[in-house]
Amino acid sequence: MLEGIIRFLFRTRGHGRLHTTDILMYVYLTLGTFLMFGPVVWGVISSFKTPAELEKYPPSFLPYASKTVAVEGYDRPLSMYTVTLDDGSVAELAQVRRVGIEAQFIDPANPDALIKVHVDQTEPISSLALQWENYTLPLERFEFFTFFKNSIVVTVLATLLTLLINSMAAFALSKYDFRGRDLIFLLTISTLMIPTTVTLVPNFLIITELGWVNSLVGVIIPAVASPTSVFLLRQYMLTLPDELLEAARLDGASEWRIYWQIVVPLSAPAIAVLAIFSVNWRWNDFLWPLIVLTHTEQFTIPIGLHLFQGDYQIEWQYLLAMSVLALLPITVIFAFLQKYITTGIASTGIKM
Amino acid sequence: MSEINVHPEISLQLQIRRQTQKAIKLLTVPLVGLLIVLLNGIGLFMDAIQKRIGIRRMAYIFVLPNMLLFTVFSLLPILGNFYYAFTAGTKVLPENRYFAGTANFEFLLHCDNYLDPGSCRADLFWRGLFNTVNYVVFAVGGILLFSLITAVILNRPIKGRGFFRGVFFYPTLLSSVVVALLWKWVLQRQGILNASLTGLGLEPVNFLLNAAWSNFWVIFIGVWSNVGFYTLIVLAGLQAIPGTLYEAAKIDGAGPWDSFRYITLPLVKPSLIVVFVLSFIRCVQVFDHVFVMTGGGPGTATQYIVQYIYNTGFSSNPPNLGVAAAASLILGLILLVLTLIQLRVTGSGEETDYA
Repeated sequence: MLEGIIRFLFRTRGHGRLHTTDILMYVYLTLGTFLMFGPVVWGVISSFKTPAELEKYPPSFLPYASKTVAVEGYDRPLSMYTVTLDDGSVAELAQVRRVGIEAQFIDPANPDALIKVHVDQTEPISSLALQWENYTLPLERFEFFTFFKNSIVVTVLATLLTLLINSMAAFALSKYDFRGRDLIFLLTISTLMIPTTVTLVPNFLIITELGWVNSLVGVIIPAVASPTSVFLLRQYMLTLPDELLEAARLDGASEWRIYWQIVVPLSAPAIAVLAIFSVNWRWNDFLWPLIVLTHTEQFTIPIGLHLFQGDYQIEWQYLLAMSVLALLPITVIFAFLQKYITTGIASTGIKM
Repeated sequence: MSEINVHPEISLQLQIRRQTQKAIKLLTVPLVGLLIVLLNGIGLFMDAIQKRIGIRRMAYIFVLPNMLLFTVFSLLPILGNFYYAFTAGTKVLPENRYFAGTANFEFLLHCDNYLDPGSCRADLFWRGLFNTVNYVVFAVGGILLFSLITAVILNRPIKGRGFFRGVFFYPTLLSSVVVALLWKWVLQRQGILNASLTGLGLEPVNFLLNAAWSNFWVIFIGVWSNVGFYTLIVLAGLQAIPGTLYEAAKIDGAGPWDSFRYITLPLVKPSLIVVFVLSFIRCVQVFDHVFVMTGGGPGTATQYIVQYIYNTGFSSNPPNLGVAAAASLILGLILLVLTLIQLRVTGSGEETDYA
């Protein structure tokens, strides 16, 4: 059977013989898959572990949690151990405390008798368990719920505005002949290559003057007018036939109606690709929100995660769980639209 | 206790599902409603304007919102950068700043020996510059190499092509903060990589506290999280090469290497140039994942220009916006010159190709 699987996996087209380059190719792709998904998978698995498990070295692959038992007379649950007793018999006992190399146990069925054993003779009992508290606790206690809400607000509003404003401009630049059009287009494409980092300082001033420091508006608005989007949408709209617009005008459609009911639907492929990019970029944006936002109530997820990991003691169990939540929406979108996204980018050549 | 005692976990799940459904309803209904009202409102508003000014001038109305925001947040800042770069003071507002001439630039550019960052007045700026050059050389090189290899492989008729294309693209969608945290978790002293090394009988390494190693990983992760995007560009270039060329070459007795060397490489060159220019501009601005993962450390080993600008202008106390703006201008100037050189060199290269 194994042979069959191998033959299936390494099947080549037409030729019966497996070429060395084919083997190398599959080795590369397998390694690549492992490398690309590895850290994410490892992060997801780790996010379900208890803090004690996270500190274990070498780490166990799957999330285990030690079995605990509630015993009368003790206010916290006790961990269960497999203990080899001095007479050679093996028993499952609950650990009360550990003093140096000696641990004190009790039998949960008979909580009065204290048994002292050398730690070498004990083995913790653990079972596969997902630590959902890693996810629920930060949402309740550390304002991660607010961060998620803020990120959603920023992503949705910014994307809608970006699509609307830039498609309107692209429509004017591609379908009208007006004075100043070429100048506007030239200005737009000349800023395509200017990195945003270059304009950080003056943009911060403008935000300050407008009173938008520390508000989500200050995160959303400055990057809404995007030269890249205008350029791409214009190029796409140029391919739409002008006769269509003329016919609509003859039928008495207003310019807005032509834009909204003819040009926008026909440009759907380009707009969809831009929408995906806008969502992805806004959801993950880091440097600009880091500068604009200073109060925790306004933080987006990336800023919240960054702040959380900057704390003196990193609480990895929460950090990993929140990272997984942060990558979840993008991953789900990608899983469904994978083919569309990858082919869309290849055909439009959008720069992220 | 009631008879219908649902398992607590299931009841929790049900509760969560009910809550999310409620939340979705609560969110979408007003949002969609608002959108419809808003768009109808805009439509009526635009129609009214059209009646006033006529069809021909409507174009100005369509570009207006974009031009307004573009002017305020793109054009003005470019000019504003010059104002900040030539003024000093700790205040943000222009009226509270005083003219400083070229002092900010002199501060940044003064060095006793330009090859030794330690001898410069703004030693961190120069270290950032050197580190950025180092990063750009290796990261752009890595991106070019691996996007070409991956694209060539994915261009062959293999099983699961779409899947593998998705695999390599997936990391480009992740937030750089999340990327940094996931890798930090893998690379830390007690991490899984060190555990694997120990398992193989090797010494564990404290990757992020070692200058050479943290440099390697920062570059590695930069390539890891971007290569999928550039692969798609190269792939698009490869797919444009007509298959008949390879068939003709095969008839003429060319091996796979000859086909690659004399057909694939020259014809995919324009795509590689696009990858080069785009990844170059991106790599020069490296900041996010490094800032979260190493904070620029150990020491200043992974501190880059953008972090220098951020530290100087926004996170130091008092902030020095003048020096930050001057550094931004220098960065912009370097980018401009290098982009022009690239376009010049690659442009003339193409001419000789067709000659």
